[in-house]
Parts: sequence; C-alpha cells; structure tokens
Amino acid sequence: MNALPLFLTVFAACLVEAVEALTIVLAAGLTRQWRSTLQGMAVALVVLAGITAGIGPALTQVPLGALRLVVGGLLAAFGLQWLRKAILRFSGHKDRHDEASAYAREVAAAQAVAAGRRGVVSDWYAFTLAFKGVLLEGLEVVFIVITFGDTQRDLGVAALAAAVAVAVVTVTGVAVRAPLARVPENAMKFSVGVMLTAFGTFWGSQGAGARWPGGDAALLVLVPVIALVSLGYGVTLRRSRAAADAASPVPAAAPGSVPSAAVPPGEAVR
Amino acid sequence: MARLRSFGAFWYDFVIGDDWRGGAAVAAALVLTAVLVHSQGINAWWLLPASVLAALGWSLRHATARKP
Repeated sequence: MNALPLFLTVFAACLVEAVEALTIVLAAGLTRQWRSTLQGMAVALVVLAGITAGIGPALTQVPLGALRLVVGGLLAAFGLQWLRKAILRFSGHKDRHDEASAYAREVAAAQAVAAGRRGVVSDWYAFTLAFKGVLLEGLEVVFIVITFGDTQRDLGVAALAAAVAVAVVTVTGVAVRAPLARVPENAMKFSVGVMLTAFGTFWGSQGAGARWPGGDAALLVLVPVIALVSLGYGVTLRRSRAAADAASPVPAAAPGSVPSAAVPPGEAVR
Repeated sequence: MARLRSFGAFWYDFVIGDDWRGGAAVAAALVLTAVLVHSQGINAWWLLPASVLAALGWSLRHATARKP
C-alpha cells in the first residue's frame, strides 16, 4: 500500500485527538499554572513514548497474518465506535462535541479547586488535569500509530504523521491561545471512522485467511462503500428525527440528545 | 481487585465503547470467516464488511429507538 493513505489516516485521527488534548491543557494552563500544566503534559508524553517504544517494535516480531487478524478486528471495532458517534451527532441524537463548551466546563472545574503542592509540582490539580488529558487522548493516538504502522510494516510514516498532527495543533494552539472550536471535528471523526473501519475490515479478513479480489485495490471500493452506507444511515436518522420532532410538540428526546434544530445547517458530515 | 476491575473497564471502554454490538459482530465475523476459509474452502472476504455495516445499523437503531 502507498504510504500516503497511511499518513493521511493517521494524521487526521491524531489531529482530532490532539485538538481534544489541547482544550484540556489550555484550561489547566490559562486558569491554573503553566509550569505544573507543562510538567503534567511532559510526564504524559514520556509515558506515551515509552508505550510506543516498548510495544511498537515488539509487534513487528509477530507474524503478519496473526497481527492483521487481531489488529484488524480491534481497528474495525474502534472505527465503528467513531462512526457511530459521528452519525449520532450528525443526526441530532447526540450532542456535538463542542470544544468551546468543553473548555468552559474544564475552566469552571479548575477554578473551583485550591492549589496544593506535591514534591516538585506546585499545583497538583493542574498537573493531574494535564497529565490525564494528554495520556488518555494520547493513548488513542498511540493505538492508531502502532496498529497502522506495524500492520503496514511502516511505523516511521505513522509516527511522522502523528508528530506532524500534534505539532500543527500545538503551534496553532500557542498562536491563538484558545480551544480550536472551529475545527470540523465531527466531519473529521466520521472520515477517520470510515478509514479505521475500512482498513480494519481489510486487514481482519486477510488475517482470517480470506483473499480480497484485486488485492490492495479492494480498499478503493471498500472505503467509499463504507462511507456511503454510513452516510445513508446518518441521513435516514436525521430525516426520521426531524419528522418525529415535527409530529410531536414536545420531543420525546433521549437523555443527552439535542433537537435536530440545534444542528446548524451546512454542518453536514461530508 | 478494584484496580483490576477499573483497568478492565478502561480497556473495555477504550475498544468496545458505548455499545458491545460492533465488537461482538466483528469478533463473530472474523471467527466465521476463518472457519469458512480454512475448513470449507470458501473465500469469504465479503463476510466481515457486510457484518460490520449491519452491526453499525443495528447499533444505531438501538441507540435511537425511542423509549416508551
């Protein structure tokens, strides 16, 4: 497989996770203390680097068939999660992830806690907030980098894509000093969900022993088919939601859902 | 024990997420594909993508079903 699809998929996935991590880091740094925040972020990055350095090369020793079976299965399940969430948000059945409101929530929580010193960390709350945020979002990045990189036997390209994504978000975040609320996160989540599901399905079937008609070229059919069917699910759910809301004066919404009117026009998943 | 449970819960949430249907469908389809390929000689490349898309629809239907 060409390195470009690998680079673009890992780059897009890592960009989404980096934007979410940046929101947490900014909330901790701007409202609490930058020194402790950066300490927490640095420790999390060291842990993530350790996980990548430990697991990444070890997986290259696993036979390719077994690796593709396990990694393909995990990626397909992981991709389905992303797709499901993006479709539910697109159709108005789930709140959109809003970096501005997520930032406001983190700021309110950070302002409500008093500073406490532990060892060399002068603000333990800022440290743990940044550490947890970067570690949890970073784990998804590590998972995607290792699975894509090892399965394609090209860990370098996957790691480079992740590094570029994190650098782009970091530089932008430092420049604007605000959460990146204008990043079309749901559309990106949908696209990444399609790619993860397609690659997971492709590798998983190969790992189970199946041979794809056309070899690697089957991905050129698989990706658009998964995208179109998923888009079809999204459009159908959005229409039925709008029809149900129109028919009922008080929408019987599920907890945590938003009315379809709350989804701005033109915000369609592309 | 509590730490072990929370460790397991973290990884379950990380890989499976809000709905087990996707993960279950992927696992079942992979096993069935391997069985069809290796014991029946059927090149069942179509089984996993079909199962994945069906599972997505099933999961979405379940998530959006209105409670009585």
